[in-house]
Amino acid sequence: MMTCSAGERTNGFNLNHEKRRQAMEDQVVSTQQHMPLSQDSLEKETTTLNLGPTHPATHGVFQNVLEMDGERVVSAEPTVGYIHRAFEKIAERRPFYQVTPLTDRLNYCSSPINNMGWHLTVEKLLGIETPKRVDYMRIIIMELARISDHLICNSVVGVDSGAYSGFLYVMQYRELIYEIYEEICGSRLTTNIGRVGGFERNFNDTVYQKLDRFLREYPDVLKEFENLFNRNRIFIDRTVGVGRITPERALNYGFTRPNLRATGVDYDVRVATPYSSYQDLEFSVPVGSTGDSYDRFLVRNEEMWQSLSMIRQALALMKKEPSDIYHAQVPKYYLPEKADVYTKMEALIWHFKIVMGETDIPPGEVYHSVEGANGELGFYLISDGGRAAYRLHFRRPCFIYYQAYPELIKNALLSDAVVCMSSLNLIAGEMDA
Amino acid sequence: MALTNENITQRLTEKFGEDLSEVEEPYGLLTFSAPKLLNLKVLQFLYDDPELRFQFLTDLTAVHYPDRKGAELAVVYLLHNMRDNIRIRFKVYTDIREPDVFSATALFASANWMERETFDFFGVRFVGHPNLKRILNVDEMDYFPLRKEYPLEDQTRVDKDDDMFGRGTDKWFQP
Repeated sequence: MMTCSAGERTNGFNLNHEKRRQAMEDQVVSTQQHMPLSQDSLEKETTTLNLGPTHPATHGVFQNVLEMDGERVVSAEPTVGYIHRAFEKIAERRPFYQVTPLTDRLNYCSSPINNMGWHLTVEKLLGIETPKRVDYMRIIIMELARISDHLICNSVVGVDSGAYSGFLYVMQYRELIYEIYEEICGSRLTTNIGRVGGFERNFNDTVYQKLDRFLREYPDVLKEFENLFNRNRIFIDRTVGVGRITPERALNYGFTRPNLRATGVDYDVRVATPYSSYQDLEFSVPVGSTGDSYDRFLVRNEEMWQSLSMIRQALALMKKEPSDIYHAQVPKYYLPEKADVYTKMEALIWHFKIVMGETDIPPGEVYHSVEGANGELGFYLISDGGRAAYRLHFRRPCFIYYQAYPELIKNALLSDAVVCMSSLNLIAGEMDA
Repeated sequence: MALTNENITQRLTEKFGEDLSEVEEPYGLLTFSAPKLLNLKVLQFLYDDPELRFQFLTDLTAVHYPDRKGAELAVVYLLHNMRDNIRIRFKVYTDIREPDVFSATALFASANWMERETFDFFGVRFVGHPNLKRILNVDEMDYFPLRKEYPLEDQTRVDKDDDMFGRGTDKWFQP
């Protein structure tokens, strides 16, 4: 670098021509020492850019080391694992009812779906049949979770492409959904809803009131949200053709749900292998055609309409069932209500047996998957008859489809890479388990 | 004609005969295993066969069975035929001292990270993987944490034991 003494600096402008030339030459030489590039490669010079681990656009803790040629991405290398919490190992020491809080922390934008997925897996292992009313209650919770997840994801696509107002506008309805969770289970983000066999308590009146309010008000909000984006010239320019993938590549990369459906493949776990009485409902599976960020956005929006209709149907079906049933009659596995444990002997006995691990767990190997908010969320559970799982593996959808990211953003602009990332609905908690 | 577990078993037996073992259907999901040297052949056959068409790799993981001497690690593939909507589970067993298994990355792009994860936690070396390094744990780690010889809790503790979990204390870990 050019160095000059204090005396010279005061006369900086009076440096004679020879001195200035010398200084410039020094600078060129030293730059070359720092970046050894061949003389003719100045035009092709690439820059390494760290997108993450704590970058506002990643919306979570993961890193992309991008090799940039100006504004264009030449290659990308994702690095994940910053918040790995060893859930699979921890689950090998925990009884089944203590695994639910771990599942909360996978995709924390839609924890109830993860909770239900886990309960359904254990019920499949134990062979528990749940009453229809429990199934419908679960559908309501899961579809609410799906709406809250999709509205976050879609509004964040808006934020990353420069439209903040949509995000703020729908956020109050996520708040309403969280209030409904709160009425049902007492918590908001990491919900830990339900138990093996059903729910810990029945829906109270406030739940129905808030659900009614949600079903009444949210369609208008969603309509307005769509008006803001769907035909918005700026939004279309920012998302159409960004992060495009063909159906063949998407399947090869293990894409599921909106990301796969945006390419035109109509795979839906709720239709293919119905669980929790989804077969009783009428709904359609929206698909896109081009597999780009815009199609992913539209598919998610349409999913929200479908979820709203599913909640309405499930509520109507629920009314036909006896209103005091909220869990299956399986005292051996269903943790009884705490008030009963203190006052009733039967409940106390079963509570003791379950907590001390004296109920029989059949050995077996079971895979169960639910339609998570961003992909097929699978639970591979191996039981050896012990109290905890012998091995539990989570099929975490975004861990699997995020590998496609370097391919999706190759030769794209940096700003498109950001939009593409948010339109994939990546959740760091799920990726790192 | 819809594909059933019987059809699949029949097709596989025709092709691989004696090499197919442990054919069972826990909870309706066809499960079978084959020698580890054949894993790519089996996967390729399942992928290419016009009837079977298992072209979607849903999940890939491993399980550690310390009691099975010479076949301690099981690599588990969960495959899905989306057209006929049927899943199968395919396992290969490998010796923990030579945990080399052929990589399926050429067939499924999604296998890349799943194999890295399996390597990271179980130490299964996938031969032919383009970039086999740790993914979730730190690079400096020198053990494979999901193996059963690493119990979750500090072994020096005496106030807790594994009996409550239906398994004897220190069954796999003799200090």
